[in-house]
Amino acid sequence: MTEPIIKFDNVVKRFGSLTVLDHLDFEVNPGEMVTIIGPSGSGKSTVLRILMTLEPIQEGVVYVGGEPLWHEKKGDDFVPASEKHLRKMREQLGMVFQQFNLFPHMTVLRNLTEAPRQVLGLSKKDALERAEELLEMVGLTDQAKKYPHQLSGGQQQRVGIARALAMRPKIMLFDEPTSALDPELVGEVLKVIRSLADQHELTMLLVTHEMHFARQVSDRVCFFDKGRIEEQGPPEELFTNPKKPRTREFLKQVLDPDA
Amino acid sequence: MTWTEYLVPLGQGAWVTIQLTFWSTIFGALLSFAAGIGKLSRNPLIKALSIGYIEIFRGTSLLVQLFWLYFALPLLGQAIGIDLRLPPVAAGVLALSLNIGAYGAEVVRGAIQSVSHDQYEAATALNFSDRQALWRVALPQAIPEMMPSFGNLAVQNLKDTALVSLISLQDLAFKAEQIRNFTQDSTTIFTIVLAMYFGMALVLTAMMKVLERSVGRWRTARS
Ligand SMILES: Nc1ncnc2c1ncn2[C@@H]1O[C@H](COP(=O)(O)OP(=O)(O)OP(=O)(O)O)[C@@H](O)[C@H]1O
Ligand SMILES: [Mg+2]
Repeated sequence: MTEPIIKFDNVVKRFGSLTVLDHLDFEVNPGEMVTIIGPSGSGKSTVLRILMTLEPIQEGVVYVGGEPLWHEKKGDDFVPASEKHLRKMREQLGMVFQQFNLFPHMTVLRNLTEAPRQVLGLSKKDALERAEELLEMVGLTDQAKKYPHQLSGGQQQRVGIARALAMRPKIMLFDEPTSALDPELVGEVLKVIRSLADQHELTMLLVTHEMHFARQVSDRVCFFDKGRIEEQGPPEELFTNPKKPRTREFLKQVLDPDA
Repeated sequence: MTWTEYLVPLGQGAWVTIQLTFWSTIFGALLSFAAGIGKLSRNPLIKALSIGYIEIFRGTSLLVQLFWLYFALPLLGQAIGIDLRLPPVAAGVLALSLNIGAYGAEVVRGAIQSVSHDQYEAATALNFSDRQALWRVALPQAIPEMMPSFGNLAVQNLKDTALVSLISLQDLAFKAEQIRNFTQDSTTIFTIVLAMYFGMALVLTAMMKVLERSVGRWRTARS
């Protein structure tokens, strides 16, 4: 039995009176590629945002690498995490955003070297080496000197992936990385994500509406509904033989919208 | 005296005006950043100080601030036994800087707040500290936003320098008044002065445009 690298233990997340995660239990094993699917508003992004420390939780505990993320141990008690603790925990995580969120005032290369230099304290030479390696991996070596607005959406998102990887996280979070892209640009981004999944070095959590892709690359697919996991399992099982009526209904809608 | 003879003393005055404008715009910009960032600080003391400064200097006239610094402050100093007499230049630059800094602070604050929340989230995801996010992510995007307003403030500042002639600084306005008293040739003198202020404003505006373009180069890069 390996210990899960991510664990949501009875987590409640509310926005005002709206309960977005309702006593969620959720585990991810090291190296696992988990895809989260589900209707709009079911709390998929919220799960990722909590992990990236962009949203705090109200109840329960989230563990990353066995350590509480939003809490610190004080004796036997859990107290709310300090900024210092959060910064330490964040080292393990990287995130790719739906809208890319690249730094518009930095060249592609600088987008990739800024955080490694400033946050990890890498030398200029090491940061450049790392950035060039990653640019090659995502096929953008020739775009290094350009600014984000000079790139296509697909190229920007590949920079987004490379930028997150430059921090060498153990866990990568992808929140609908292709939803903002024109259809003809989706493939180039999925190709990069697939190559990462194939390496099995990273733990990956992907929120997507690309069901076909999810089926091909995921080790496990989780169907979220109303802030809970309604059903989960290996992709073949979940897609071909969903057990819950809600899952069936959802899959029918997204896979076969005209029927 | 013919009008060409006015040019030498008026030129001397213009040079003083230029220096006053230059230094008070520089110090004013520094104050703008300090108070504008301070107003967004999580530290309540820094925040309160910044708000206090901004409100006081925006809520009172430059003339009163100038007189207060030049005439009232020394008396206050005398009362508590410290020498707070300022030379006219210092009082003038200080009043102008403090005044423009208060307006500029609101420009800085507004521009920082206009940086998209997504950018801060990206900064957090890359584990930047708050300070790094401010200096490396938010400010470089906010500064180009500030430039048009800063350009206006700088020209405003140039025009405001005329007030310092009231504490006997020999700027362009002071010199004009001096020659006018001597020659009574108001039309010629004020026409030259008008042209000189206008010329300085044009040059200043052009300089601010160059600065604006250079801090916003990334926005206009072509593929
Ligand atoms: N900052 C916020 N303030 C208030 N409500 C929020 C906030 N962020 C999210 N919500 C609400 O929480 C619920 C879950 O949001 P979340 O973004 O996790 O959904 P999602 O499953 O990612 O949906 P989508 O497929 O549309 O992206 C939604 O009802 C949303 O309106
Ligand atoms: Mg979402």
